[in-house]
Amino acid sequence: MRITVTVDGVEYRDDVEPRTLLVHHLRERLGKTGTVVGCDTSNCGACTVHLDGRSVKSCAVLAVQADGREVTTIEGLARDGELHPVQRAFHQNHALQCGFCTPGMIMQAVDLLADNPDPDEDEIRHGLEGNLCRCTGYQNIVAAVRDAAQELSPAGGGE
Amino acid sequence: MTATAEPEVGKARRRKEDARLITGATRWTDNMQLAGMLHMALLRSPVAHARITSVDVTRAVGMPGVLVVLTGRDLADEQGSLPCVWPITEDMLAPPAPALAVDRVNFAGEAVALVVARSAAEAHDALAEIDVDYEDLPVVLDLEEAVRDGADLVHPDLGTNKSATWVFDSAAAGTGTDVDQAIAESEVVVERTFRQQRLIPAFMEPRSVVVDPSPDSVTMWSSTQVPHILRWMLSAVLGIPEQRIRVIAPDVGGGFGGKLQVTPEEVLTLLAARRLGKPVKWTESRTESMLSAHHGRDQLQRITISARRDGTVTGLKVDLLADMGAYLRLISSGVPILGAFMFNAIYKFPAYRFTCTNVFTTKVPTDAYRGAGRPEATFAIERIMDELAAELGVDPLELRERNWIGHDEFPFTTVAGLTYDSGDYEAATARAKELFGYDALRAEQAERRADGDPVQLGIGISTYTEMCGLAPSRVLGALRYAAGGWEHAAIRMLPTGKVELITGTSPHGQGHVTAWSQIVADRLGVPFEDVEVLHGDTRVSHRGMDSYGSRSLAVGGVAVALAADKVLAKARTVAAHLLEVAEDDVEFTAGAFSVRGTSTTMALGDVVVAAHVAHDLPDGVEPGLDAEATFDPENFSYPHGTHLCATEVDTQTGAVKIRSYVCVDDVGKVVNPMIVEGQVHGGLAQGIAQALYEEAVHDESGTLTTATLADYLLPSAVDLPHFTTDRTETPATSNPLGVKGVGEAGTIASTPAVVNSVIDAVRHMGVTGIDMPCTPMRVWKAIHHRAADVPTTPGAGGGLGSVTPRGGAE
Repeated sequence: MRITVTVDGVEYRDDVEPRTLLVHHLRERLGKTGTVVGCDTSNCGACTVHLDGRSVKSCAVLAVQADGREVTTIEGLARDGELHPVQRAFHQNHALQCGFCTPGMIMQAVDLLADNPDPDEDEIRHGLEGNLCRCTGYQNIVAAVRDAAQELSPAGGGE
Repeated sequence: MTATAEPEVGKARRRKEDARLITGATRWTDNMQLAGMLHMALLRSPVAHARITSVDVTRAVGMPGVLVVLTGRDLADEQGSLPCVWPITEDMLAPPAPALAVDRVNFAGEAVALVVARSAAEAHDALAEIDVDYEDLPVVLDLEEAVRDGADLVHPDLGTNKSATWVFDSAAAGTGTDVDQAIAESEVVVERTFRQQRLIPAFMEPRSVVVDPSPDSVTMWSSTQVPHILRWMLSAVLGIPEQRIRVIAPDVGGGFGGKLQVTPEEVLTLLAARRLGKPVKWTESRTESMLSAHHGRDQLQRITISARRDGTVTGLKVDLLADMGAYLRLISSGVPILGAFMFNAIYKFPAYRFTCTNVFTTKVPTDAYRGAGRPEATFAIERIMDELAAELGVDPLELRERNWIGHDEFPFTTVAGLTYDSGDYEAATARAKELFGYDALRAEQAERRADGDPVQLGIGISTYTEMCGLAPSRVLGALRYAAGGWEHAAIRMLPTGKVELITGTSPHGQGHVTAWSQIVADRLGVPFEDVEVLHGDTRVSHRGMDSYGSRSLAVGGVAVALAADKVLAKARTVAAHLLEVAEDDVEFTAGAFSVRGTSTTMALGDVVVAAHVAHDLPDGVEPGLDAEATFDPENFSYPHGTHLCATEVDTQTGAVKIRSYVCVDDVGKVVNPMIVEGQVHGGLAQGIAQALYEEAVHDESGTLTTATLADYLLPSAVDLPHFTTDRTETPATSNPLGVKGVGEAGTIASTPAVVNSVIDAVRHMGVTGIDMPCTPMRVWKAIHHRAADVPTTPGAGGGLGSVTPRGGAE
């Protein structure tokens, strides 16, 4: 099937098998290997991207379902060479170790903050419940999201 | 040692590694694309134990895109046997371990055929067209059944399911007295049997292998922790000259011991690529990973402790059955032995005996998982100390204090024959008690008990130590481990004054690039940013023993410092020559040489250039300042700490909630406190997960029923508490940096702290033990005295979505 998907601001037209998952389309056809596959039951969230601005697990979306829509991956989050505040906060707070879950975790955190710009610790933990990390024990991830929330708030102002 | 104005070591430097990890520019093995690359998929046995009576690949070969289908029979003459490098006893039994099963399968998940196709999807499609006929053999699942006379055998040729029995006896070793006598003469004896459930490392990055088979040299990219060991073993197993194998561990996701392996899949990808003369990639699915990557733990521990009425311990006897699974993988056999020296922990036992029998079952092989042997030991001793305290009617912390090694008694040689170089258990415990509010929580506990509160409070303690920094080579050799324990580093001083550091460690999330840069920056007085750290490619880092066992800093980091010292020693000679003074008159501070008593200086960068161009060097001095060093310590390192956990246990539902978790660890000197704290957090998460959530469960036919992340409960952010962490610092005396290693500490310490706390909450209700993971069902049954029929269905709570609004699985 022929689909047109805009990924990180670039429009791509491709023929795909109907069974192709969005994550495989991104990785294998478009070379968007920043988005990774961590499981096969949509539990781990490593493949999280934004579809029309909302987070989805791209292993649970068919490529054909993205036809005519806009996808943002971890590779498209920074603007004009400037890291997104959530990316910066992950770095500052040591919210990653091996970094395999990080793209999905960051994309989910961005979505969480869009929904709730000022989440408390409990709300952050629940907002990230569908994204698994085996390295950090989550504590620094929670701290990073709170930091980013502050930076993104109208009254915030970075570091 | 020299230092820049503000030392790098000790600073919470943000990591160099992060830049590509947070932007999606990471180089995972599965990201590799090579021209003409093909894809391999593996057919795995659905049955645990069977004879393969026929394999029909006819239809699979005709499937679209398929290039080749191979069975074990096809590869029997070239695949060799996967290595086990730790023959723990002279008579250890080890069955042949083919990468692709030839005529029998011995665990569900074992690979029986491979397909190589143009795309991964086509390879997987073809798997469905392979017909394998199995003739079932009896499964061997239970450890105690497996060692009974007349038991069904996993490997009938061996005549037994026992691989080896390894014994340490303090009376025989001359490190203590006879344990049976100690127990016979004791006033109090407590005996318990603990089950170390089987765990799955469940690293987030599934394993992936790419092999490019050029005729003169084979290149393998693999998501491995051990590129150097892998290269050596591939050569040994397949007979390929080692100089013609290049192994690259590119960006590798967390391994936790799970990627300390030479895998069937690495061998098969190589064989397939070689046969086809084309690059081949294999990447596993999550379920494949759970079914075939090695598992961890899985021991049955019978522990006997004896003491005097006043609480002084007099003897410790440990009898283990350790489940190896179906084969011995790289160090399967040695994992329980790494625990043998740790059961006595920080306590002054006069008598000790450890006996471990390694047992074959028809399950996935076990091998290293974070802590490897030491979490098992620490769990058993810390649990039985609590049981002894209950028997004696004393506070469990008081019992520990009575028996631990005092800070003024170091170095201390233990009943297991190790010499602990340094530590201060009093200081770590005092700090932990303070942060925890120990006395107030004990008071609240008493109140809740008196009130009959349906939610009871428990306090769990773990005052652990561990032996890590795996080295020294001589000791490993004495334990019959086939490899060494040293580590290597090399420094290239570039003509512009920048530095390339080559390390034999193989980081996969630990932040070595940052920490090693800090060490080099301090030693050489160069900016942190000027140091580039190279690793994980055997053509670049040609010597190394890789990363596991909390060894990278305590062995590899020290080698880095020693290499830098060698650079400086030579630079001093060159500088003195150029400055026309005696070497003794030259001092090095903050990146420059100066002549004592004068204002004459020469920057290291100038010495580097002078040594590089070699226009004017002293006679007999070779051009260049590059240097390398190999460090092999005389002793292990011994981090320690005190972990305190408070849980609230709902006696009506069995639900457990961690209310507070405090740990004070002593990992010696710290290079980067931010990284150390991160390691502790992650370690705690995995240790707590063993206590409360994770368990690999097999059904009665030997099928792993927890083979997805929906069934095997990896904790999410909701399932874990906020941790309060702090440190005390007693430097290691076994290395010049004073460092001890931190990778495994949190995992080793936390499991017993949590379980002790759960039991402490309900001990007054008659509970003296709950198997791990302490699921609500198990806790509830223990409280209501129905523990005898705890089901073997998945212990964890049914995956995500089943957590209560405030955490804890249902």
